[in-house]
Amino acid sequence: MLTMEAPEVHVVFDRPESLTEVDTHYCPGCAHGIAHRLVAEVIDELGIRERTIGVAPVGCAVFAYNYFNVDFAEAAHGRAPAMATGLKRVHPEAVVFTYQGDGDLASIGIAEALHAAARGEHLTTIFINNAIYGMTGGQMAPTSLPGQRTSSSPCGRDVETMGMPLRMTELLATLPGVTYAVRRSLHNPKNILQAKKAIKLAFENQIEQRGFSFVELLSTCPTNWGLTPSEAMSWVEQKLIPFYPLGDYKVL
Amino acid sequence: MSIELIKGNTAIAEAALRAGLDAYFGYPITPQTELLEHLAKRMPELGRVFLQAESEIGAIHMVYGAACAGARTMTSSSSPGVSLMAEGLSYIAASDVPMVLVDVMRGGPGLGNIAPAQQDYFQMVKGAGHGGYRPIVLAPATVQEAIDLTYAAFDLAEHYRTIVVILTDGTLAQMMEPAELPPMRERGSPVSKAWALSGAQGRERRIFTSVHMSPEEGEAYVAKMGEKWDVITANERRCVAEQTTDAEWLLVGFGTAGRVAQSAMRAARAAGLKVGMWRPISLAPYPTPELKALAPQLRGCLVVEMNAGQMIEDVRLAFDGKVPVSFFGRTGGVVPVPEEVLEAVERMVNSTREAVC
Repeated sequence: MLTMEAPEVHVVFDRPESLTEVDTHYCPGCAHGIAHRLVAEVIDELGIRERTIGVAPVGCAVFAYNYFNVDFAEAAHGRAPAMATGLKRVHPEAVVFTYQGDGDLASIGIAEALHAAARGEHLTTIFINNAIYGMTGGQMAPTSLPGQRTSSSPCGRDVETMGMPLRMTELLATLPGVTYAVRRSLHNPKNILQAKKAIKLAFENQIEQRGFSFVELLSTCPTNWGLTPSEAMSWVEQKLIPFYPLGDYKVL
Repeated sequence: MSIELIKGNTAIAEAALRAGLDAYFGYPITPQTELLEHLAKRMPELGRVFLQAESEIGAIHMVYGAACAGARTMTSSSSPGVSLMAEGLSYIAASDVPMVLVDVMRGGPGLGNIAPAQQDYFQMVKGAGHGGYRPIVLAPATVQEAIDLTYAAFDLAEHYRTIVVILTDGTLAQMMEPAELPPMRERGSPVSKAWALSGAQGRERRIFTSVHMSPEEGEAYVAKMGEKWDVITANERRCVAEQTTDAEWLLVGFGTAGRVAQSAMRAARAAGLKVGMWRPISLAPYPTPELKALAPQLRGCLVVEMNAGQMIEDVRLAFDGKVPVSFFGRTGGVVPVPEEVLEAVERMVNSTREAVC
């Protein structure tokens, strides 16, 4: 007689408690979903869900507050670091993070980002760089590559008239208030795991009150790049990473 | 408590602190800078938050964050700086969080000058930022009134979860007058507010957003905002009337211009003219019914402002064509003197007499 033991059941993949049970509005192949999940896993693992406050940007991640199961505020375009400063100064015991795209942080909000960093605010900023304005439909970002075609640089970014792209992690790493500034990518599993480690260090840095922490994540925008999701992942590797080298720019 | 000689800016700062101010964020600009300087010293002494922001934009969005965190929070600025804050004011209004803004108006437009003016009545009263929100706007005419209104402003802001603006000008802010400061209040805990962000400990998460994606949702929100404004309009009108019982002529002015008009009214009375004086303290909500009630007895009204004619529109709305309304204003930072206002009163009286004859 053949006896079959019931197979032992393990949960191998589940939704982090820090993510809500709603579908996101992100396009197929967009890496925002990956970044959200990594942040949520880190919040769970650090056991800080009940003392975390997030600040959402304006841009594709404007609805981040719908997806994270933590207290959240939705800032005006570029002002998340100022808003986060106000929240953190009132609640120093809270863990406050901003989640911002490249137009939000590197263009309209560069003053707020630089000064929050310069003051050494105990904040964690997750910076999503996909080299384009996503929500408004694919315009040139301060991070768009030289020659990159966008709807507002239809012949390609001409650096003679538009200037060179900003490398925010390198810029912020020069400030004494910044104690953690790294760049990672979300284009394949290996890099995603490395990104998660960096996000965790950035949150731990804040919990230990060590100053401003910054994680730049190279991300995708297949919709506005005019690529398929898998082509977009390749584009990150072939085009973005050579211009925005991955690495630790400051770890104190 | 005792009467002391105190400067407007300092008085407002100290009154805010005594009203339980938890967190101040600001940026230097003349003629409000002493307000920031006073709090730079006093707030850290008391273990409270003081932060000089990188800009007025930074300051207002720090206030936005602190307000969402449940703090009694405030910023202060002057005309060009307030223009920069307009963005944040709209977001704060749309999020229904309380805050106090002190606007020490100066000459404009543009960089203008640092002399006193009232050229931002439209800007503040009609809502500086986009989207048609309404803040409560209170205009003091003396240092004592500035203290009392500032002290009350935080309760009003929290009660209605709205923006309260103390709208004053360089005259009052820079002037020293005898005044009495209120007692130091016990502060509540920001965490105890049932709506504030503090981390979702043992409760559902809370969200502050000004996004209303569907037009229907947006319309419902604007309607809710309107209902709140109706309640504020019913409850929070403030004005002062002087010698209006037998008045045939009325002088109307707010803040510093109201004080100048008051002197002119007394001079007119001394000259035998039946002139009264009416000064709105709440510019928003405007005390329209109180002004309208004076209409039947009046032969004419003179509005005095330190601008080219802004509040006069609300006076005309209140009178609805039933009282002839004339205007005397000085602009660009020039403060009117009672003598020239009195002359304007005499011109109004004479021209109306001629018209009747």
